[in-house]
Amino acid sequence: VKLDDAPALEERSLYEVREKIYPRAVRGWFAASRWALVWATQLVFYGGAWLTWNDRQAVLFDIARSKFYLFGLVFWPQDVIYLTVLLIISALALFLFTAVAGRLWCGYACPQTVYTEIFLWIERVIEGDRNARMRLDKGEISANKILRKSAKHGIWLLLSLWTGITFVGYFTPIRELVSSTPGAWETFWALFYGFATYGNAGWMREQVCKYMCPYARFQSAMFDKDTLVITYDRARGEPRGKGAGKGDCVDCGICVQVCPTGIDIRDGLQYECIGCAACIDGCDQVMERVGRPLKLIRYATTHAMEGKRTRILRPRVLVYSAILGAITVALAASLWLRVPLKVDVIRDRAAIAREVDGGLIENVYRLQLMNTTEQARAFDINVTGLPGILVWGENITGVPAAETRMVPVRVRVDAATAPGSHPIEFTVRALGVQGVEVREGAVFIVR
Amino acid sequence: VSEFSSGFWDLYIALVTLVSIVACAVFLKSQSVRKVGAQSATTGHTWDEDLAEYNNPLPLWWSWMFYITIVFSLAYLVLYPGLGSWRGTLGWSQIGQLKEEQQQADKQFGPLYRKFAATEVEALLKSPEALAIGQKLFLNNCAQCHASDGAGSRGFPNLTAGAWQWGGDAKTIKATITDGRTGVMPPFGAALGEQDVKNVAQYVRSLSGLTADAIRVALGKEIYQKTCVACLGADGKGNPALGAPNLTDQNWLHGSAEPVIIETITKGRNSQMPAHKAVLDEAKIHLLTAYVLSLSK
Repeated sequence: VKLDDAPALEERSLYEVREKIYPRAVRGWFAASRWALVWATQLVFYGGAWLTWNDRQAVLFDIARSKFYLFGLVFWPQDVIYLTVLLIISALALFLFTAVAGRLWCGYACPQTVYTEIFLWIERVIEGDRNARMRLDKGEISANKILRKSAKHGIWLLLSLWTGITFVGYFTPIRELVSSTPGAWETFWALFYGFATYGNAGWMREQVCKYMCPYARFQSAMFDKDTLVITYDRARGEPRGKGAGKGDCVDCGICVQVCPTGIDIRDGLQYECIGCAACIDGCDQVMERVGRPLKLIRYATTHAMEGKRTRILRPRVLVYSAILGAITVALAASLWLRVPLKVDVIRDRAAIAREVDGGLIENVYRLQLMNTTEQARAFDINVTGLPGILVWGENITGVPAAETRMVPVRVRVDAATAPGSHPIEFTVRALGVQGVEVREGAVFIVR
Repeated sequence: VSEFSSGFWDLYIALVTLVSIVACAVFLKSQSVRKVGAQSATTGHTWDEDLAEYNNPLPLWWSWMFYITIVFSLAYLVLYPGLGSWRGTLGWSQIGQLKEEQQQADKQFGPLYRKFAATEVEALLKSPEALAIGQKLFLNNCAQCHASDGAGSRGFPNLTAGAWQWGGDAKTIKATITDGRTGVMPPFGAALGEQDVKNVAQYVRSLSGLTADAIRVALGKEIYQKTCVACLGADGKGNPALGAPNLTDQNWLHGSAEPVIIETITKGRNSQMPAHKAVLDEAKIHLLTAYVLSLSK
């Protein structure tokens, strides 16, 4: 290759200025579904903090005292396994939904989608729909523009601030938060979360999904040819355009205008597509008007588009469902059978064994009793495992509600017990309550 | 050692840090653009003969975030220690932060401790709240030797028996915790010889009513009255001023079996209760005193 044959090189940037997207309003079954989920999730989020249970906030994550309250349940740091299981369930549910019907989470329930939807609605009410907003942004600065822009940002900021306060209200009781001067950290996190809401839903929008969200990038690993994805029916639509000899697609461009990520679904499945189905609603509106069959854009599998048989209940879906079901049942059973008492036995290490009056051998243990209920309780401590073994002295201990007590316990056995270490078992039982009993193993050392 | 005392390595580290930061900026700048053919939609990089990547540009603010981290790192290095021996303009230090946290804790718990510190030990004995705090302090600081129940073990005194080697009033117990104690029993093996040690051991056993050989007791008593009496007293009741134990009760720090007593006399004993004034402040020692006293009540 001679040097002058090389093509002329030009500098190309690997970064570009983002082009703002003006999604057009759309009505239809999928838009209504999304709004239903916006209402459901936000009622839970904004309202949940205000519910009361047992004279305290029903849902409260009290980090300072390491207690998580969820209605009647109180979780201690030792219960972190439940959080792990919950995360596993969430992940599996995500896999299952994605395998069946693509990015359902992204399109309907993800906070990024939900808050963007709310912010877009506010924007639309104040600035008008797509064309009006584009005109307003292009236009000169005017009183009208300043008024509308500041009204929009003002309402966005108020809503964001309230979101931040509600979020912090799950960690510091929300009634205290709003009725007194909040602490420095509460203020910081309320503003931080509020700012994140404002920034992500108001300014960043689809960029969060396109550039920041890892889930958006690994979802394709869960897709296969039987996954329902939003698909443009190329065979029916092409060649696009108006007039005789053309397909059903009239090339009105509404599917592009309603898209919150600014893509053209007619180019096929793209990583930017969050599966919100706005293009389905938009296209159906047009198809109805021009008198063509609906569902030119629809949820369809690759196999269906190729004219092959689609199998929704395939091994992948069945395995996900089976594991998800098993873990969910296990979690529910474990929560149902949970004993509201935790016991840790710590053997004294320096003093191995001591000889006491009457030739008995004594070992000392520290029992950490954690009363995980919200009532004060008395516990009876007993020990088994060796002939004549007994707890010496007081063996009933009171533990206040949701507190921990360290109880030194002396255990004595007969001097005739063989030297060496013997497994023993402590039984701690709540007095006056059925079924609150914990057994915990330990070791008794004679010499 | 000169590499630690000369200023060279500080400068070296500072230089390496700054050059790395500048290099990051240069690298970022150079990686923001690519030279590609006029018609090409790729990044212009080809691997393995024909593998190319489409240019899907990131938003511009993404590259600004990189530059912001560079500005942040420079600001951080000015404000905080990190650049060689530069201490930072904020004067932050780990010790300073610890002190701040301690002050914060004092603000929170100080009033409670001061209230207890101003209360007589006798009154604290009746306060379950004070004893609960005392127990926590005991379990964290004392139970390693004296056991969780305070009954001690071989070589570590039993605090529940009411037998006090150094004295059992609140003031003395407080002094024991604060300044520690060193208990010394000198070795007499060489001075007395094997038989006399055995005789004294039999006499010591007889003092607390343990079985003993009558002849050896008589012989041992003579030696005891010459050799041991100065510290342990003529009646064997000990001397709290010296930490000499009472030999007439049933409390044995090291054990009452004959071989153990013989070992004690022959080789002597050195016992140490460490001083806690460096670990615990006065208010905590005050609470601990009350708790320790409560163990034998």
